[in-house]
Amino acid sequence: MWSRYPRRSGLVACGVEELRRRRREREAALRKARREQQLVSKRLLREEAPEEARGECVAAVLGEAEVQQFLRLAQRGTEEKEREKALVSLRQGLQHPETQQIFIRLEGSMRTLVGLLTSNRALLQLEAARCLHELSHSEQSAVAEACLPATSYLLTYLSGHSSDFIELCLYTLGNLIVESEVVRRQLLPQGIVPALAACIQSPHVAVLEALGYALSQLLQAKEAPEKIIPSILDSLLPQHMLRLMQPGPKLNPGVAVEFAWCLHYIICSQVNNTLLITHGALSTLGMLLLDLAGAVQRTEEAGLELLACPVLRCLSNLLTEVAVEAMGGQMQLKDERIVAALFILFQFFLQKQPSLLPEGLWLLNNLTANSPTLCTSLLSLDLIEPLLQLLPLSNVVSVLVLTVLCNVAEKGPAYCRQLWPGPLLSCLLKTLALSDTEVVGQSLELLQLLFLYQPEAVQAFLQQSGLQALERHQEEAQLQDRVHALQQIALHG
Amino acid sequence: MLLPGALRARLAGTPGATEPLPVERDPAAGAPPFRFVARPVRLPREHELFEDGDVQRHLYLQDVLTQVAEEPERSRVPEFTCQVAGCCQVFAALEDYQHHYNMLHGNACSLCSRAFPSGHLLDAHILEWHDSLFQILAERQDMYQCLVEGCPERFKTSRDRKDHMVRFHLYPADFRFDKPKTNKGPALRGSDADPSAAALVDEGDMMEVCSDPAATPPAPTGERRTYSHRVPSTICFGQGAPRGFKSTQKKNKHH
Repeated sequence: MWSRYPRRSGLVACGVEELRRRRREREAALRKARREQQLVSKRLLREEAPEEARGECVAAVLGEAEVQQFLRLAQRGTEEKEREKALVSLRQGLQHPETQQIFIRLEGSMRTLVGLLTSNRALLQLEAARCLHELSHSEQSAVAEACLPATSYLLTYLSGHSSDFIELCLYTLGNLIVESEVVRRQLLPQGIVPALAACIQSPHVAVLEALGYALSQLLQAKEAPEKIIPSILDSLLPQHMLRLMQPGPKLNPGVAVEFAWCLHYIICSQVNNTLLITHGALSTLGMLLLDLAGAVQRTEEAGLELLACPVLRCLSNLLTEVAVEAMGGQMQLKDERIVAALFILFQFFLQKQPSLLPEGLWLLNNLTANSPTLCTSLLSLDLIEPLLQLLPLSNVVSVLVLTVLCNVAEKGPAYCRQLWPGPLLSCLLKTLALSDTEVVGQSLELLQLLFLYQPEAVQAFLQQSGLQALERHQEEAQLQDRVHALQQIALHG
Repeated sequence: MLLPGALRARLAGTPGATEPLPVERDPAAGAPPFRFVARPVRLPREHELFEDGDVQRHLYLQDVLTQVAEEPERSRVPEFTCQVAGCCQVFAALEDYQHHYNMLHGNACSLCSRAFPSGHLLDAHILEWHDSLFQILAERQDMYQCLVEGCPERFKTSRDRKDHMVRFHLYPADFRFDKPKTNKGPALRGSDADPSAAALVDEGDMMEVCSDPAATPPAPTGERRTYSHRVPSTICFGQGAPRGFKSTQKKNKHH
């Protein structure tokens, strides 16, 4: 289903172990970048030596004379093929940062390239666009800024009809956007938002994916909440994005992924989430989640977790909006299939990407916190035990599971009755044996609710050496008040 | 993780839920020293809970971008010539021809053969260059529409419009698709009065369809090629025929 993968060949001439090692390295580098708030997906792109990544031979770094010669040939050569070849050679050279530097420092080089980009020779135009694309991969903002003279044309071409060309322009724009605020400051008055809003009506999947990428880069800019997101929300882009995320036969996961991430950035900015809710975002996201849960059972499709992640983030954050209760959000919150879907996804995450489990549990918290309906669903669908099975996985997961259980328990005796008897108490005794303060703290909260609404639990707690379990923590600053309170309740009722 | 057997069936079942159990809270619940309050939690973009998902996203993007940067495979076919009258370019790959057609013939003015990258720019060109009514109206009202899509501004002269595009939209002053109208016919190669075009020696007016076969560089002597004159049947374009006037209400006012 991902249009990308079968179309291009993955040219790596090395073994699986090597691939895994490289991937671990890249992952570590990305983690580090994120912690330093430098996570930019375009960076680190060519860490691997190009020769290995390509599998075909790659040109060497070009010197100034060569760059000049290729440009001259491309511009003024007499033979069509000769001109094309010159540009191809230039493009290959531009894979190297050194050549990029030489190019941008050469007077008139960008002007020539732009001339070729707008010429009447289609193949030269394409190659010129590819040269620009190479330049857009640079990690130096100076190179991105050198491409400024081309941006008005890249935008103009978005309303053309050549879908491959449009795709290339979009990826180039996306790369330039992420690299430099100066570029973004020019693209906005040049009309990038209306251009994207027009382009999103294209029927071509590859164009839509590229557009989603470019838009996601635009939305990640640090100035996006003030300078970019308002005009995006004013345009027709949100409606189209949601349309492209509707489950059904026309849904393309590669496209949906891009727009799901776009939505995530928009929602996190909190500029106007109410508007998104008015456009039906909750409904679309909810339906998509159901669809995903169905899909993970059916197929061996790669990459569904890449879509699940932003979808559940969007849904979860939207649920915190006050507007939800006022509007049709009610509908979503009263359909227990969403809880069923979430647990099916938990099982899927356990196999594919366990790190997504905390995000899923966070959504479950947001779904159940203020919803007696969905808390009841957890009970009626027998999901408490599966939930408890997740406890040992990690401290973060434990805290979230316990929080969800507290959501259920705090609704009163009718709910606690359903939690009792059962594995809950023995699980709590196990979590009390841990040393993580947050896990233990949340366990204490749950115990209080249980003791309050289901007094029989106290006896069982005492019989299973609960007091000793509590004693472990009575010196802990964060916990001692609650420990003492529970000890009092347990002993005196 | 063991899920109850009925869960999958529930997912596939009808929307809705069982009637919620009655809620009945005791004020002691969550009272100090306890502090639990059930509430939805908002997480900001940089939250550490999102770290792994973000990293996976970026790994995916890196793979996609590496693939995008690769040279695409092209489907090779026997060489053929573009069939549009007056165009003599030759192609050996379908994708190249499609691109050529879309860029040069897809939005071409049938009156002066200039080609434009989009219908929007073609329409503006036809109005401003070939519509005499436009000229008349322009004397009395602001008719020159800003060329940036989405901008509603109109101007008295093309000069004013260009100033607007440069100052407000940060467009280049020599934007190729906003040439001032010349009195010449279909552009002659390399002979434009517009000085900015002189920078590109052989392109003449932008986006010109090759209308003068003699102007194309001759094939190197000694080479003889026979070109098929059929466009491969696999080529299919949505739009294409060069356009003159769209039928508009204005036509009725032509007297």
